[in-house]
Amino acid sequence: MLRFDQIEKIYPNGTHALTHLSLELDAGEIVAVIGGSGCGKSTLLRLAAGLDRPSSGTVSVEDTVITTPHEAVGIVFQEPRLLPWLDVAGNIGFGLTHLPRAERHERVVRALERIGLAGYESAWPRELSGGQAQRVSIARALVARPKVLLLDEPFSALDAFTRADLQHALLALWEASRPTLALVTHDVEEAILLADRVVVMQPSPGRVFKEIRIDLPRPRHRLDDAFIAIERRVLHALDGSLGLARQRASTQANVAVGGW
Amino acid sequence: MARAELTADLVGRPAPAARRARAGGGLAAILTSPLVLGLALPVLLALVWEAAAALGLTSRRLMPPPSTIFATLFKLAANGDLWEHIWITTWRVAVGFVIGTIAGTLVGAAAGYSGLTRRLVDPTLQGLRAVPSIAWVPLFILWLGIFEESKVALIAVGVFFPVYLGVMGEILSVDRKIVEVGRVFRLSGPALVRRILLPAILPAYILALRAGLGLGWMFVVAAEFMGASQGLGYLLVDGQQLGKPDQIIASILVFAVLGKLTDALLVAATRPFLRWKDGYAPAG
Repeated sequence: MLRFDQIEKIYPNGTHALTHLSLELDAGEIVAVIGGSGCGKSTLLRLAAGLDRPSSGTVSVEDTVITTPHEAVGIVFQEPRLLPWLDVAGNIGFGLTHLPRAERHERVVRALERIGLAGYESAWPRELSGGQAQRVSIARALVARPKVLLLDEPFSALDAFTRADLQHALLALWEASRPTLALVTHDVEEAILLADRVVVMQPSPGRVFKEIRIDLPRPRHRLDDAFIAIERRVLHALDGSLGLARQRASTQANVAVGGW
Repeated sequence: MARAELTADLVGRPAPAARRARAGGGLAAILTSPLVLGLALPVLLALVWEAAAALGLTSRRLMPPPSTIFATLFKLAANGDLWEHIWITTWRVAVGFVIGTIAGTLVGAAAGYSGLTRRLVDPTLQGLRAVPSIAWVPLFILWLGIFEESKVALIAVGVFFPVYLGVMGEILSVDRKIVEVGRVFRLSGPALVRRILLPAILPAYILALRAGLGLGWMFVVAAEFMGASQGLGYLLVDGQQLGKPDQIIASILVFAVLGKLTDALLVAATRPFLRWKDGYAPAG
């Protein structure tokens, strides 16, 4: 469904964000991407969203190469990014203006019910809590019925209770239409709780370090032995990816010192 | 008017005095209402001025007291002259304001959205912005004649620059993250301007309109110095030529009242569009 093929991304300032990155997400699959800071996780999503272009390689959705934003791909950012001049209904229906008014209204009302905000149609974004705003942001992306939904650390700014609540809400929404989900997160537990597969990335420049399949039935429980065992494997992989990065940074530092 | 004050007006949040009036009521509430507080300073100044004139501390001939000025205003109003002058001046400002606003908005939006357009037109417009209003007068008379067209054109020029600058500058400072939301939904060109950029700059745009309207009232005086036979600017010139300081001060007062009234109208008309705004409400 979503395919990254030999992606290389170097920003104009010389930052080498991604190298030799190849990854494929199946239809309806939930893939969590985790890794340390600077390993190119967000860059990966921006390429898939068509907000940036790779320096080389291709990103494609169902064989359509993505170079600009595409109707098959939706994205939820770390912060809700609601448009403050539109009420909740206006924000959710923002991408539906091509639809007849009645159909748009019906989709918005249904989305509000699904995210537990029925009756909030006329509320302004400033009147919402952080969790409610992020729910609206997820609904805005999902009402357009994308085949692929990208989530860039969508719960990282929320408190633990709200985060757990939204993680369950996201799974319920995903069950309804089963789009492919690519979730970038720093939270190992969140990755295992939600994903079918965890992709561990290593930094400088970013690339895939390891892929770990999560074969646990849903709903998953953080205190189950199987959950904890997988958590250990992911943490071990993360340590490995960061160890490699540290080793490389240390070698580079030695070369630099030698140069002096 | 200070930017913070303008913004507070725009958001439409009840003033602290109004909130107290609703909560407490009574004489204290009336005395601290916006209308009474707003009128307090000019009334106090008028009383001091009147007393100074009565005590012989000021020259009644060059600086006539408020009672004389109001008598002149009443006389002009009674014979109908004042309303004709007010009508023609307001009409000139209104037409110039509409033309200047449309042009400033379109050129400002184009320059804000397109780097190429900005690099092409902005240096020239910034240069022209520095030209004093009165410098345009002879040129406009030559080009457009001495009648209404030249006057309206001068006012439109005065309105154009703050609106252009407000629109262009604010578009450039719109949060990139908000613009990305528009891009994700595949908006570009006019749709991005209409659905993201213009709403995002709306509060600043209305401030620019208010600044433009204020300049419109300033430029109408210069415009009515261009051989007008009607208008408040004409009353000023007439008062100077015939040695009638009461008429000059009366005209200035009418300008002040009209400026404040039209600004209040603009604020009231645009307030519904800013209900979403979550701004600072100063206490006390």
